[in-house]
Amino acid sequence: MSAVPTEQAATSKPAQRPGFSLGNPWSKPRWLTGVTWVYILWSLLPVLLAIRVAFNEGRSRTAIDGWSLKWFFGDNSFSVFGDPALQDALTHSLLLAGLAMLIATPLGIMLAIGLQRWRGRGSGPANVVALLPLVTPELVFAVGLFLLFTTLLTTIGLGTTAQVIGHVTFSMSFVVVIVRGRLVTVGPDVEEAAADLGAPPLAVIWRVLLPLLAPAIAASLLIVFALSIDDFVVSQYLASGADTATVPMRIYAQARAAPLPSLNALATLMLLFTLLALVLAYVVFRFMTRGEKRGSAIEQIASIDSGGGR
Amino acid sequence: MQKRRIWGFFAAPGMLWLGLFFVVAFYAVISVGLGNINTLYQPIPHWNPLDWNVGYLVQAIESVIPGGQNWAVVVRSVIYITVAIIGALLIGYPVAYYASRHAGRWRGLVVVLLILPFWISYIMRMFAWTNLLAPEGYGSKVLSALSIDTLFSSLGLLDGTDWLGGQGITVIIALIYGYVPFFILPLFASLDRIDQRVIEAARDLGAPPPSSFWRVILPMSKPGILAGLVLVALPMAGDYYTQTLMSGSPSTSMIGNTINDYIQGGPDKSLGAAMTILLSVVLLFFMLYYLRSLRREQGEVAA
Repeated sequence: MSAVPTEQAATSKPAQRPGFSLGNPWSKPRWLTGVTWVYILWSLLPVLLAIRVAFNEGRSRTAIDGWSLKWFFGDNSFSVFGDPALQDALTHSLLLAGLAMLIATPLGIMLAIGLQRWRGRGSGPANVVALLPLVTPELVFAVGLFLLFTTLLTTIGLGTTAQVIGHVTFSMSFVVVIVRGRLVTVGPDVEEAAADLGAPPLAVIWRVLLPLLAPAIAASLLIVFALSIDDFVVSQYLASGADTATVPMRIYAQARAAPLPSLNALATLMLLFTLLALVLAYVVFRFMTRGEKRGSAIEQIASIDSGGGR
Repeated sequence: MQKRRIWGFFAAPGMLWLGLFFVVAFYAVISVGLGNINTLYQPIPHWNPLDWNVGYLVQAIESVIPGGQNWAVVVRSVIYITVAIIGALLIGYPVAYYASRHAGRWRGLVVVLLILPFWISYIMRMFAWTNLLAPEGYGSKVLSALSIDTLFSSLGLLDGTDWLGGQGITVIIALIYGYVPFFILPLFASLDRIDQRVIEAARDLGAPPPSSFWRVILPMSKPGILAGLVLVALPMAGDYYTQTLMSGSPSTSMIGNTINDYIQGGPDKSLGAAMTILLSVVLLFFMLYYLRSLRREQGEVAA
C-alpha cells in the first residue's frame, strides 16, 4: 500500500520536469523497476518465511529458530508423519487430486472436442455452461453442491465422493480451455487429410487428433491435480468429518490455533506437490511440442488459471 | 449431418456432468431458498416452481436493505471490495506495465515470479501472514519498527497494535495481497498486446510520455483493466476465509461470511440459500460480461 502514492506521483511528475524530452523517452523508468521488484518481494517473501519456519529446530512458528526436519519426519507425535491428523490430510488431498485428475481430464477433452466442432442447436448455451464454472464465485458453487448432496442426492451424501465430484466439476472447465487452445493451434488440416484418405471418423480422432492433443492432455492432467490440491472452499463444504479434511482445511482450521511448525511443514509439502505438478506440466508440454512454432509455453500454461480466482 | 451428430455425442458426457453438478446444483440453491423447512429446521426444497415460497427470499432482501440486519455487512463488503480493487489496480498496473514493456532480458523471470503466487494455495498465502502478523511475528515487528502501526492508529485505521485482532485494514490489505496476482495477468496480457509502433507514433507526433500514457496506453489497456476488475471482484464477493483468517471478528465480516454462517452454521440454511440467490443475481451481470470478453478473445485466437 505504501507504494501507491509514489506511483501516482511518478506517472504525472515527468510532465512538469523541465527538459525531460531532451532525455531518452524510451529509457526504463526506474521507479517502475523498483515498484515491480518490491511487489515481487512482498508477494513471495511471506510464503518463503513460512516455508523456512517449517525447518525450525524449535517450536516457534513466528520466528526462525535453527534447522531441522523434525516437523516433517520427527518421531514426535507433532510432526507431519507423526500426527495422524496431518498425515491423513495429506493422503486425502493427494487422493482427491489423483481422482479428480483422472476423471476431469477425459471428460474435459471430450467436451472440448465436441464443443469445438458441434455447430447446432444448443451449442451456444452449451458453450456458456462449459465456461460458467470458471467465473462462478466458489462460494456459490460450493453452496449449490452442498445443497444438492444434502437434499437431492442424499445417497451420495457428503464425503470423499462428493468432494471428488466437486473438484472434477470446477476443473473440467480448465481442461476445456486448455484443450480448445490446443485444437485451435493444431488446426483442422491434418484431420481433414486423414479423412480424405479414407479414415473413418473415430480412427481420425484416435489416431490423428489424440496424438496431436497429447501435450494439452498432459498439461491438463497436471493442472487439474494442482487445482484440486489447492482447493479449499469446495473441499470444506463437501467434507463429512475429520477424515475427509484436506491440507488447506487443516491449515485453515489451525492457522490461528495450534502454534507448531508442523503446520508449516504440511503447507510446504502441499506447495511442493503443486509446484512439482506445474513444473512437470511445463516440461512435458515443452518436450511434446518441441520443434513447433509457438508463443512462450510458460505464459500459455500460466494464463490458464486466469479464470479461477481461487 | 452424420458428422455433426458425432460431435454433439462427444460433448454429451461432459455436458451431462455439468448439467447435474452445476446447473441442477444451482437449481438446488433456488429450490431451497424458495422452499420451506421442517420442524427440525432442515430445509425442504421445493423443486416445482409452482410451489415456490418466497418467504425466505423476502426475508433475505429485507435483511440487506437499509435498516436490515445484514445492511452493515453489505456496506462493509462493498467498501472492502472497492478499496481492495483500487489498491490491486494501483499496485498491479505498474507491475504489469513493467513486466510487459520494460523487463527486457529479465522478462522471463519476472513473468514466472508474477505467476508463482497464484499457484500457491490461497489459504497458504494467508496462513503465511497469520504467522507474520502475530504479535511476535516478523511482520508486526517490522511494522512497529517503522512506526507504521502508530501511524495507522493515529489515522484511525488501526485499533491498538494487534494486526490480527479484528482490524478492517488488515482484511483489506490481505484481500489486496490475495488477489493482485489475478489482476496482473489480464493487465499483462492486454498491455503486452499493444503494438510498440502505436506508442512510437504518439511520441513522434509530439506526445510527451505522460500524455502518451494517458491518451494511448491507458485507453488501449481498458479491456485488461475491466477483465481484471471482474476477475477479482467475483471471488472477493464470495470470500469468507480471508476475513476469518486475518480477523475473525464479526465487526469485519463480509457477505461471504454471512452466507457461510447461515449454510454451515445454524438452522438458517434456507435463508443462506436465499442470500446466495441474491448474490448470484447481483454477480450474474459481471460473470456474463467476463464470459463475453473471454469468448471474444478465444474468437480472436481462432480467427
